[in-house]
Amino acid sequence: MSADDIEPGDAIHRGHPVIVDRYTKGARINHWITAASLVLLALSGLALFHPKLFFLTGLFGGGQTTRMIHPWIGVVLFFSFFGLFLRFWKANLWKREDGTWLARIRDVLTGHEERLPELGKYNAGQKFVFWSMSALILVLITSGVVIWDQYFYEFTTIEQKRVAVLVHAIAAVLAISVWIIHVYAAIWVRGTIRAMTRGSVTGGWAWRHHRKWLRELAAKLPNGRSKTTHAK
Amino acid sequence: MTNSWTDIRNTDLVVIMGGNAAEAHPCGFKWVTEAKANRGAKLIVVDPRYTRSAAVSDVYAPIRQGADIAFLLGVIRYCIENDKVQWDYVKAFTNAAYIVKDGFAFEDGLFTGYDEKKRDYDKSTWDYVIGADGYAVVDNSLENPRCVWNLLKEHVSVYTPEMVERVCGTPKAKFLKIAEMIAECSSPTKTMTSMYALGWTQHSKGSQNIRAMAMLQLILGNIGVRGGGMNALRGHSNIQGLTDVGLMSNLIPGYMNLPTEKEVDFDAYMKTRGFKPLRPGQTSYWQNYKKFFVSFLKSMYGAAATPANHFAYDWLPKLDVPFYDVLRAFELMHQGKMTGYFCQGFNPLQSFPNRKKISDSLSKLKFLVVMDPLDTETARFWEKHGDINDVDPAKIATEVYQLPSTCFAEDDGSLTNSGRWLQWHWAGGTAPAEAKRDTWILAQLHLRLKQLYREEGGAFADPILNLEWPYADPGDPTAEEIAKEINGKALGVVKDPADPTKVLVEAGKLVPSFAALRDDGSTACGCWIYSGCFNENGNNMARRDTTDPDNTGAYLKWAFAWPVNRRILYNRASADINGKAWDPSRKLIEWDGAKWSGYDVPDIAPTAKPNEVGPFIMNPEGVSRLFVRGMMRDGPFPAHYEPFESPVINPVSPRMQSNPVARIFQDDLRQFAKAGSTEFPFAATSYRLTEHFHYWTKHVRVNAVLQPEFFVEISEELAALRKIKLGGWVRVWSKRGSVRAKAVVTKRIRPLICDGKAVHIVGIPLHWGFTGVAKEGFGPNALTPFVGDANIETPEYKAFLVNIEPIDWPEA
Amino acid sequence: MFPPIPNPTTKPQRPTFGAQDLIRRSASTITPPAQRQTEVAKLIDVSKCIGCKACQAACLEWNDLTEEVGVNVGVYDNPHDLTANTLTLMRFTEWVNPETDNLEWLIRKDGCMHCEDPGCLKACPAPGAIVQYSNGIVDFDHDKCIGCGYCVKGCPFNIPRISEVTHKAAKCTLCSDRVAVGQGPACAKACPTQAIVFGSKDEMKTHAEGRIADLKSRGYANAGLYDPPGVGGTHVMYVLHHADKPEIYAGLPNNPRISPIVEAWKGVTKYAGLAVIGFAAAFGFVHHLIAGPNRVSDADENAAERLADGRRWRS
Repeated sequence: MSADDIEPGDAIHRGHPVIVDRYTKGARINHWITAASLVLLALSGLALFHPKLFFLTGLFGGGQTTRMIHPWIGVVLFFSFFGLFLRFWKANLWKREDGTWLARIRDVLTGHEERLPELGKYNAGQKFVFWSMSALILVLITSGVVIWDQYFYEFTTIEQKRVAVLVHAIAAVLAISVWIIHVYAAIWVRGTIRAMTRGSVTGGWAWRHHRKWLRELAAKLPNGRSKTTHAK
Repeated sequence: MTNSWTDIRNTDLVVIMGGNAAEAHPCGFKWVTEAKANRGAKLIVVDPRYTRSAAVSDVYAPIRQGADIAFLLGVIRYCIENDKVQWDYVKAFTNAAYIVKDGFAFEDGLFTGYDEKKRDYDKSTWDYVIGADGYAVVDNSLENPRCVWNLLKEHVSVYTPEMVERVCGTPKAKFLKIAEMIAECSSPTKTMTSMYALGWTQHSKGSQNIRAMAMLQLILGNIGVRGGGMNALRGHSNIQGLTDVGLMSNLIPGYMNLPTEKEVDFDAYMKTRGFKPLRPGQTSYWQNYKKFFVSFLKSMYGAAATPANHFAYDWLPKLDVPFYDVLRAFELMHQGKMTGYFCQGFNPLQSFPNRKKISDSLSKLKFLVVMDPLDTETARFWEKHGDINDVDPAKIATEVYQLPSTCFAEDDGSLTNSGRWLQWHWAGGTAPAEAKRDTWILAQLHLRLKQLYREEGGAFADPILNLEWPYADPGDPTAEEIAKEINGKALGVVKDPADPTKVLVEAGKLVPSFAALRDDGSTACGCWIYSGCFNENGNNMARRDTTDPDNTGAYLKWAFAWPVNRRILYNRASADINGKAWDPSRKLIEWDGAKWSGYDVPDIAPTAKPNEVGPFIMNPEGVSRLFVRGMMRDGPFPAHYEPFESPVINPVSPRMQSNPVARIFQDDLRQFAKAGSTEFPFAATSYRLTEHFHYWTKHVRVNAVLQPEFFVEISEELAALRKIKLGGWVRVWSKRGSVRAKAVVTKRIRPLICDGKAVHIVGIPLHWGFTGVAKEGFGPNALTPFVGDANIETPEYKAFLVNIEPIDWPEA
Repeated sequence: MFPPIPNPTTKPQRPTFGAQDLIRRSASTITPPAQRQTEVAKLIDVSKCIGCKACQAACLEWNDLTEEVGVNVGVYDNPHDLTANTLTLMRFTEWVNPETDNLEWLIRKDGCMHCEDPGCLKACPAPGAIVQYSNGIVDFDHDKCIGCGYCVKGCPFNIPRISEVTHKAAKCTLCSDRVAVGQGPACAKACPTQAIVFGSKDEMKTHAEGRIADLKSRGYANAGLYDPPGVGGTHVMYVLHHADKPEIYAGLPNNPRISPIVEAWKGVTKYAGLAVIGFAAAFGFVHHLIAGPNRVSDADENAAERLADGRRWRS
């Protein structure tokens, strides 16, 4: 059995319920920086994307500051996400069961997880979010630099900037859409959000959604009952 | 200008040669645009460079700088050969028929009478045969081989299209195309205007360049007519005014001469100024010289000028040399003979040739006073500015005083434009800081000097103590007061000489015009030609009425043109011998059987009968001169001479390379490169750019932005030859100095083939120095030779030899 | 001669157009005025231009702009490009006419063309930062500009520049402040040869016809008016001696139009993008309604506990 699915810091604690450490403190901070910058980028970006949303510039102190701050947040996002990428890329490698999972997407959406194969730390949906975000952020930072006129105006032609601005807009729309899926999935699948707040999930959550990962962690447990206190 | 700026719109053909109107006179150039738009006029530009004027021309031809006479005499030859002559005009209004003295000849590049030692001519044979009746002998059939016309024909015969190409480098086909277009204007209903400027004057034969074109214009019948004329585009907005009021070392106002030391008294002075007519019945208007001269003396010395003391003639300075022009002034400084220099509105360190000599000369002065609105290079000649002004301040003892003055827009007064219009202007702003009007500064100086003379006495104090100073506030004369003084007034009652009972001007009144001036001391006039500018009708220079009946372009109610508000000089010549307009559609004045009248103030006595009185009333002949007698130092006809520094041996007269009587000082002669020099193989020329005005506007940020840095222009061919890169640094040097510049490599300059040899041209604009806001830079005067025109001493800025090489230099 | 622009009166004047006369406003939906003002235009006759740069000087002076004193790089064009302070620039091209072998010095005054369909305005995200008056003038409102540079990408003529100091876009305003009080643009006023004239667009077209006829009579068979239809015509037009080859005039675009990329960006992408985002959000909402939350059951927890305790789990 491959250990790809287990990331540093993942651990299982016996108890009632069982508590499974899913994200380290570092990973959570990293995630929330990424999340915050992505939200800010979406808000400031949308403000400049559609006139009807221009009012959003008010959140940033007006159009000039919105225009000024957006690319800098983009830089934060890029490096922050790069941190996540380094943490998560391995566990997000494609597995055979991901194909099966995808093929039974109807069961996924209807919550019939018993009909799905056992999964590692991430399911195909999460992997899709991870990889598409990785790709889109790369596109966004690249096209963003091309249209960051304050510092990079002279390095590209206007025609290249036109392409960049279009690509940037499309990539941003896709990124926001992926983000919506990501957030919705976290809400829909109850018990998920605590993974990024407290860093852990219940054993039942892991059993239900990422049983293979849970088994791998359990396999690493020393025998004997857990001394851990129950979670409330 | 014989005509006016506004009249240029009446022309059929504009020839810009020896100038670059679009570049240096963009506002006046609008009238060329008007002529093109309204009359379908064509524009010809002949210039070593494809200029901004050429950019909007119909035909452009290149020419080697300093070869204009060959070109123009070539065109004259073409016109004569092809019978493109306005015969009626030439026969009636020029001296073509006058018989020239035996003995006058032109051979090997020299006219009769040359004295090599004196570098001067004995001009006694350069004159008409005078008959027993005291008048010049004429042969109206033009058959006499000694008549001016036949001498001219012979004189120009050498300037074939092939010779023109050899001398000028102008391709023969281009030359012929232009000659043909010009020749068309020999028709009485087609006119050509000549627009020229310093591209003709700044040569060792500058005056003759202009004469050559004037002769061509006479042959075509284009002088005195609408849309014709010889139109000098003056380089400063008031340089016309400068010459008019006699700011020359040998002149007094109104083109009268300062006496020489040989003219020891008033009678001796007047003796050579009789201006007796050379043909019967002619006006010879200079016969009134005495009236103007006496009136001038009255304006100078007022009541102290009396008939008894010959109107204080003795107090006028007397010249011991022909001129004390700037070239001589600096020569004297250099020799240590002139130790103080008063520099008003002038920047000789930038303007005069051989900058090293100028700088050395200023360093030898005891004191230098600079009156200028700007911080000029001359005022700071002692300041080291890297290689641009490479002097050692520790070794310069000259005391420099800077007197900041107002600029034109901070003062009331008049400016005289190229078309002789005196246009009044009003102060548009107040002067900064301590800047004072020039009149205030001069008045204060005068009063203090007068006081010193009064208290301490001194040699020859009379001219200063008795100088008329009639201003309400003696310390601050107003522009109006000076204008009225220039206009002139009656000191006593002026009566009509034909009818002594009739009073023309009451005592104390301003004279209506110079016709009222008298030689008995009853009138005073500062500058006779300006008389009428501010008379009892008021300040005529301030008139701003744009009425122009029948759109002739005269605008008689706008400002005041000298003389007597006449807009086109010699306008009598716009009508034929019988007084009918040559071109009815371009009528100017006509004879109605009793008098002359029309759109302009007639340039002839109003009742002078057309068949009797010639139109060129200032000339004793009454006609114009194709042959100028002894009135020019370098010959009665122009002849091609090479510039003193030339890439070729004179193809026309190899034995006489350059103007034999041009002004040179012995010391400077050593500093010339040899003809065809290999050390200095390239023909350089200097010029202005439209973005700047001389050395003034480099003090203005906007102008500095538009043309920030000194450069030289070269052809792509020369750049390839010398491996010079576009925008790279180059060094350009002549036998007198060296400059560092950016290289503008352009298709607008092409090498010319002259006498079988490729001549590369280096163009050097002149606007940079080391004061102001533009980048510090050199000027062409570090390179130019110290040689002046034979007649008017203008330095030869337009043609000299240099070498050029690429250099490394850090970007400033 | 075209009638000169009158000298200004010293009396106070009421502007003849203003916010009520807008026909286009960036990032806004507006109702244009019922009556459109007479369309104005500036006509630049390249064949009459002597390249004196008086227009450039007048532009700097009237608009109170301070440009850097640059260097010479081997050409007459100074500054070397349009900047946030140089709103108009003479561009010099030395062109040898292959038909006559004569050199022609083509001097074109570059600057905003005031397109009838302005690409800058289309691209601008800030409401009201770019406006078009019903007389055709396209103007930037600096107070509303956010400095994003989208106008630079929208413009088919490469005109707007972003100031590095104020971070605002700048371009020729056609001197809308002067035009509003009955004056012509400062450049036209300063032009000594009337190569720049200003008036109603119809007048300018008529004037151009005369000029073109004159040029044709002088041998310029392809003389013509540059009023490119790709951008709906412009309110700055050129008379060119070689109207068939506008690109020889320092790269004047042959058939300019708003870039299809910009059209796509500001058109379909804008709507499709929001639709995609909205669809994603709606999908989640609807899914949640139908499928309800995906909860962990007690059985799951028990199974996990058993697993953790090392007991074999049986289904």
